[in-house]
Amino acid sequence: MIPPPDFSEGAMLKFVRTRAVASLISLVGLLVMVFFLSRLTGDPAALFLPVEASAEMKEQFRELHGLNDPLLVQFTRYAGDVVTGDFGESLRKARPALDVVLEAFVWTLWLAVITMTLVAGAAIVVGSLAAFRTGGFFDRLSSVISLIGASVPDFWIAIVAIVVFSVNLAWLPTSGTGSLLHWVLPIAVLFIRPFGIIVQVVRGAMIGALSSAYVKTARAKGVKSGPIIFVHALRNAMLPVITVLGDQAASLLNGAVIVETIFGFPGVGKLMIDSILQRDFNVVLAAILVTALAIFLMNLLIDLAYALLDPRIRH
Amino acid sequence: MADHLLEVRDLSVEFHTAVGVVKAVRNISYHLDRGETLAILGESGSGKSVSSAAIMNLIDMPPGRISSGEILLDGTDLLTMPTHERRQINGRRVAMIFQDPLSHLNPVYTVGWQIREALTTHGTDGAKAASEALRLLTRVGIPDPERSLHKYPHEFSGGQRQRVMIAMALALRPDLLIADEPTTALDVTVQAEVLALLEELQHETGMAVLIITHDLGVVAEIADRVVVMEKGVLVETGTVREVYKNPQHPYTKKLIAAAPGKGEMHAPAARAEPVLSVRDVRKRYGSFEALKGISFDLMPGETMAVVGESGSGKSTLARILLRLDEPDNGSALWKGRDLFTMSPAELYKLRRDLQMVFQDPTQSLNPRMTVYQLISEAWVIHPDILPKAKWRERVAELLVQVGLGPEHMGRYPHQFSGGQRQRIAIARALALEPQLIICDEAVSALDVSVQAQVIALLDKLRKEMGIAFIFIAHDLPVVRDFADHVMVMQKGNVVELGTVRDVFETPRQDYTRALLAAGLDPDPDVQAAQRAARLQRAS
Repeated sequence: MIPPPDFSEGAMLKFVRTRAVASLISLVGLLVMVFFLSRLTGDPAALFLPVEASAEMKEQFRELHGLNDPLLVQFTRYAGDVVTGDFGESLRKARPALDVVLEAFVWTLWLAVITMTLVAGAAIVVGSLAAFRTGGFFDRLSSVISLIGASVPDFWIAIVAIVVFSVNLAWLPTSGTGSLLHWVLPIAVLFIRPFGIIVQVVRGAMIGALSSAYVKTARAKGVKSGPIIFVHALRNAMLPVITVLGDQAASLLNGAVIVETIFGFPGVGKLMIDSILQRDFNVVLAAILVTALAIFLMNLLIDLAYALLDPRIRH
Repeated sequence: MADHLLEVRDLSVEFHTAVGVVKAVRNISYHLDRGETLAILGESGSGKSVSSAAIMNLIDMPPGRISSGEILLDGTDLLTMPTHERRQINGRRVAMIFQDPLSHLNPVYTVGWQIREALTTHGTDGAKAASEALRLLTRVGIPDPERSLHKYPHEFSGGQRQRVMIAMALALRPDLLIADEPTTALDVTVQAEVLALLEELQHETGMAVLIITHDLGVVAEIADRVVVMEKGVLVETGTVREVYKNPQHPYTKKLIAAAPGKGEMHAPAARAEPVLSVRDVRKRYGSFEALKGISFDLMPGETMAVVGESGSGKSTLARILLRLDEPDNGSALWKGRDLFTMSPAELYKLRRDLQMVFQDPTQSLNPRMTVYQLISEAWVIHPDILPKAKWRERVAELLVQVGLGPEHMGRYPHQFSGGQRQRIAIARALALEPQLIICDEAVSALDVSVQAQVIALLDKLRKEMGIAFIFIAHDLPVVRDFADHVMVMQKGNVVELGTVRDVFETPRQDYTRALLAAGLDPDPDVQAAQRAARLQRAS
C-alpha cells in the first residue's frame, strides 16, 4: 500500500552530498577543538603522563611525541595520524587506543540501536493511538511513562530494577555480559526516558496531522481508520519525531555512562569514565572522535530520512 | 418517498463548546435529484458547510451532535446506518471536493497514489486502479498525465490541484458530488475552467452536484436551484432565476443588493501633478522575473486598482513601494523625492504618509493588544502627531469614522467579526493621517455584504480626506465599483492601464478581455448570455 520512496532526478544525491559536506566540516572543526584542548590546557606531557612522572620522563615524552615542534606542525601530524586511524597507544592497556575504543563502541552501538528501535516502534504505535483517542487508555499509559521518565533519575530506576528483578525475583542477572538476559535490564532502564519524550512528540504531531485537511479528504474517500492513522497522518507527523529520535539516539551513543557503570556494561561511556580517571588520554580522544563520527553519520541518516519522508524537502 | 437522490429532512446540528451550545444549523430541509445542481448560498457563519459535512459524516462528535433530522440517500437514512456500511458510501456513492486543494491533498504521497487509493479502498484491484488513475487524470485535463501521476501535490498549480481533487472524487462515479467553495481560492480564469469541467463531467455521468458557495456569480453560472442560508437557518429556496429576480426574504435581498459591480463607475478628474510617480520598477528573485519594468502615476485622492492573477507581481509591487523589499531597478517619486534612495531616517518620516491595509485582519492585528493600544501605537512611534492627552479622544473619533464606536476601545481583536477587524485595521492606518494607503486584497477575505460596507468606507475617506489608494485586488467587480484607474498586470508586466470605464467597457488587450469574460455575473440571465458567447468563441 505505501509507495516506495522516490529518488527522482538525482535530487536526492545532491541533497545527500551537501549534507555530507556540511557534516565533514563540523568533524574537522571537532578535530581542531579536541587537538587544541589537549595541547592548550597545560603541558601535554603532564596531562598524558601519570602524576608521579619525573622531569626526564616528561622531556623524553615530549621528544618522542614531537611536542617541542610548533603547534601547527603538531596539528598536521596529529590530523594525519587520525585520518589513517592512528590515535596512539592506550597508555594503560598497551594496545592501540582505537582498538580499545572500537571494542567498547560496538557494545554501546548495539545497546543504542536495540533500545532506540524498541523506543521508536513503541512510541509511534502508542503515541498514534493516544492521539486517535485522546484521554483513552493509550493516552493515559503514555502520560504515566512520560512522567516517570522525566521525573525519576535513571540510576534510581536501575538500582530498584536490580533489587526487584535480580535480587528478589532472581529472574535476571545483576550486571555484566554473557547472555541475552544480561541485556534486558540495561535496555529496559534506558528505554523509559526517550520513550516518554518521543511518545509525547508523536502524540502532539499526530493530533495535528489527524485534524488536517488531507485527513478530511481521506475520510471523504471512505478510507478506514487504520490507514488514515498509519498511512495518511503518520508519515506527515514523522518529521518532528525523527528530529527528537535523533537527539535521543545521540545521547545513547555518547555512552549511557550511568547505566553502563551500574550494570557493569563494557560500553564506550564506561570506558570514557575509566580512561579519564586513569588519565589515559589517547583513549579519551579516540572515544570522543569515534562517537562524534557516529553521531555525524546518524545525523546524515536523519537528514536522509527527512528527504525520504517529505518530497517537499527533496526538491 | 424515495423519489429524490438526496433528501435532507429537518436537520439540526449543534456544537458543544466552552461557551455553550452553538446551533450551527436548525431544522433545515432540502432535496436534490440526479443530474441536478443545487447551490447552498451563505456567508461565513451561515452553517452552509455543516449540512454537507453531516452528509459526509465529517463532523467530529463530540463536540458536534446531530440533534434532529435524517439524511436520506435513495431513501436510506445515512445517520442511522451501521458504521461499516456508512463508510462504504463515502467515495463510492457520495464524493467531495474542497476549497483549498493544496491542504486537502496529502503532501507526502504522489497524486497517482492518492487517486489509486480512492479506488483500492473500495475494492478495485491495483492494476485496474492504476489504469483508471491515468484515464481520470487525462480526463480532467492535467498535462502530461503519465508523468504527473508520479508528481506530488506541491508540483502543481492551484487549478491543476483542484482538477486532481476532481479526478479523485469522480474515480468511482459517485451519484452525488459535494463541492465546498471549490473555486474560491482560484484565479478568475481558472475558476471558469474548473466550473466548466465540473459541468461537463456532470453531463457525462449524470451525477448530482451540491455546491456550497458565498458567490452569487458561481450560483448563476452552475446551479439549477439555490438554497439561501443565514445563521443556521434556511431562509429561502427556489430556482436560481426566481431567487435572483424575485427574492422574498430580506436577507436574500440584502445579499443580492450587496453584490459588487453594479454601481456607477468613477469618472476621474483631469490629471495634474502626481503625488506618486513610479518608473521602470524591476525585481527578480533568482531566475524568476517578478516585475519587468512597471511605470505609473498616481494623483492625490485617486484610486489606482492593480488587478492580475496570482504570479502577476501585484503584491511584489506593493511590498517594494513600501520598501518592505528592495527593487533591482527603477524609481518611485513621492512628491518629487525617490522612495527607493531614501535613508532609514527619511523613510521613518515617510511611513506617516504611506500606510498599508492587509488581506487578513486576523493576522495583521496583534491579538494581545486592545483596540485602543492598536490604534494609538502609531502615536507612540510618531509622538509628534498628537499629545498623549488627546489620544483617547482621537481613537474614539477614528472608530466612529470607520463605523465602530468609542465603546469598542477596550476590546481585543477576537471580540470582533472579520469585517469589524478590517475596520480596526483601517482606523489604525488612518491614525497617522496618511496620504496614500496601499490595500493588498483588503476586502478579499470579507463576506459580500461586509465587503460593500468596507468599500463604501474607503471611498468616503478618499473623498473626505483626499487619501490616494493603491488597491490591489483580484476581484474585478469590486475594482469596478471603487477604482478611478485600473492597471492590469500579467507575469510582471503592465498589459493595460486606463480609466476604469475604458478598461471595463473598451478593453484593448486580449488578456484584459479574457479576465473580464471569465468573471461571473450574479444575474443568471447575464451569466447565461456570457456563457453562450464564450462557448461560441470556443467553437
